[in-house]
Amino acid sequence: MDTTAEDRAAALALEPMRSAGPTSGFFRGTAQSVRDIVGQRELLHLLVLRELKARYKDSVFGFAWSLMRPLALLLIYFVALGQFLGAAKQIPSFAIFVYTGLTAWTLFNEIVLIGTGSIVMNSGLIKKVYLPREVFPLSVVGSALFNFGIQLVILLLATVIARQFPLGARWWYFPLSLLVIVVYGTAFALLLSAVNVYLRDVQYIVEIFLMVFFWASPIVYSWQLVSDHIEGSALESLYLANPVTLAVLGFQQTFWVAGDGQPVPSDLGTRLGVAVGIGVLLLWLCQRAFARLQSNFAQEL
Amino acid sequence: MSTPVIRIDDLSKRFVIRKEKSLKERVLNFGRSNLHKEDFWALRNVDLEIEAGSTVGLVGPNGSGKSTLLKTIGGIIQPTTGSVQLRGRLAALLELGAGFHPDLTGRENVYLNASILGLSRQTTDTFFDAIVEFSGIERFIDTQVKFYSSGMYVRLAFAVAVHVDPDVLLVDEVLAVGDEPFQRKCLERIRTFQKEGRTIILVSHGLDQVAEFCDRAVVLEGGRVAADGAPEDALMVLRADFEEARQADLARLAAASPDEVAAQARFTGISVRSRDGESGRPVVDEGDSVVITMAVHSDVELRDWLIEVGIATPLGNPLYTTTNEMMGVSLEPLLGTRQYTLTLPRVALGSGDYAVRTTLRAADGSEIHYVPVAAQFSVRADSTSRGHVYMEGLFESH
Repeated sequence: MDTTAEDRAAALALEPMRSAGPTSGFFRGTAQSVRDIVGQRELLHLLVLRELKARYKDSVFGFAWSLMRPLALLLIYFVALGQFLGAAKQIPSFAIFVYTGLTAWTLFNEIVLIGTGSIVMNSGLIKKVYLPREVFPLSVVGSALFNFGIQLVILLLATVIARQFPLGARWWYFPLSLLVIVVYGTAFALLLSAVNVYLRDVQYIVEIFLMVFFWASPIVYSWQLVSDHIEGSALESLYLANPVTLAVLGFQQTFWVAGDGQPVPSDLGTRLGVAVGIGVLLLWLCQRAFARLQSNFAQEL
Repeated sequence: MSTPVIRIDDLSKRFVIRKEKSLKERVLNFGRSNLHKEDFWALRNVDLEIEAGSTVGLVGPNGSGKSTLLKTIGGIIQPTTGSVQLRGRLAALLELGAGFHPDLTGRENVYLNASILGLSRQTTDTFFDAIVEFSGIERFIDTQVKFYSSGMYVRLAFAVAVHVDPDVLLVDEVLAVGDEPFQRKCLERIRTFQKEGRTIILVSHGLDQVAEFCDRAVVLEGGRVAADGAPEDALMVLRADFEEARQADLARLAAASPDEVAAQARFTGISVRSRDGESGRPVVDEGDSVVITMAVHSDVELRDWLIEVGIATPLGNPLYTTTNEMMGVSLEPLLGTRQYTLTLPRVALGSGDYAVRTTLRAADGSEIHYVPVAAQFSVRADSTSRGHVYMEGLFESH
């Protein structure tokens, strides 16, 4: 044995034994998981890049496609709902209104939908290397945020063109709403991606639920139209209990300058704050569930 | 010098094989779900301690739990009971192209893969050229890996894995894909690793490779450790098991189609004897004689035929083949039973186990009856050389 070998053995002898794979334990496990994920942030960055690069690889227009979907939706809603059904008459700056809601919704939709499939999609990696598996749903969050950023730039350009650029204190709603979407989206993505490994039907169920919930938030219709029907009833509380609804309303408070005279649910800021609090708790619970479920990933995939 | 890097304690792993996966099936079978489950113990009460700097070969028949054990060490699969403790940086080369994304280029994948194995971007930058050079696929490094051949995949994956400075390297039967120069390159790198005191755990079906590289071999069988020790001893156990399985197969085959086997001419008895008359599974010294006796029986008159006799390694690599024709002897037509012998007066083989294979052929070369392992013998030679062939040598300095 030469010196390098002895050095290595000596260095190894100093290291403590650790157990292979993730640590269990409800509270201790959380700290460990967080530390592991933070330790892998460089990998997370690369995975986000991969996600973005690989998605539109080999297509001629590349990134432009990530904009096509919301723009197409905008066109449909603007023409069909706005002009034909006359929603644009009641909602000022209808195009900006719809695009604001769509931007918020697309972010949530993408995190949950693609996040749900992320573990199964990366089965090749999961079966061969040990990593904190949370990085896969999290990388989806990262790439969704990137696409969101592009859409946001377009939205802001539109407000500039319409001479309705949002200014002042209204911007406070934006970070709160964004936080709500990211926290809830991540929580669902974590939980559903893990469950999806055991029950592949989940990804189809999620698709349908997302379709339904799209209409449960005031994205293509205004809050006024809803509140006319359910004001003061238990239904109203139920409608406003949806964190995504609150986030969409928050987005509109920031970016929909023309809607300043329109009614808003009371205490939107407080509601958003509460939603963030509950969301963080939910995120933690979902992460624990994920940690519990992940031990059998490799053999179920 | 006995720092354990891996300690496996009473490890068991159970797989539950479910036969349904969709929601509908689960709901329909909810009450009877136990009927649709099957338990399968991939590992059973495995205890192992692996020391720093050792090279351990995991061998065993297919489905014996080798890969499962390796994956448990890598933390990819969680044990049902028991624990795996380890220390140091671990790099795993499991199956093909671990962690390559088919749509990304080789370059992007190198960074991704290195990051997965725990290397920072700056470190990868410094190693990048070395990695590409080792893999020998410079021309294709900016091509998407989905266009790579399986050999190129493995080259790149191995190149990354050996550059991440692992303390423990897990290798699962991937080297077989590369071509010979690359395999040699990998094995050289493994030798360097051994010198550097890294621990290597190798799953391989190349028993000769295990014997050559490992200082310890663990034989797994049905999820249990069947043997653990010096490679020669462990491999002996494994080969004996393979032989048993083969005999059982033959017996089943014979039972399934007795007419076909019996209808033709065939060997009815083959034995090997040493000079001392020892038979069964004789042990002979290098340079001694060996006599192979064959009894052949034919129900119909057999004309223009020949007997082929060969010596092979236990894995079936032929080392020596001859026929009565090559020896200048022609055989008379045969009806009934008759004995033939082949005497090899001087066995020039190195230490090890050998198998005798015999074939009855018609004049056109077609096979009438083939016995791949008709008998076995062992050779004991002095320790002046290794390998299957024994040659006397003289080493001098001038």
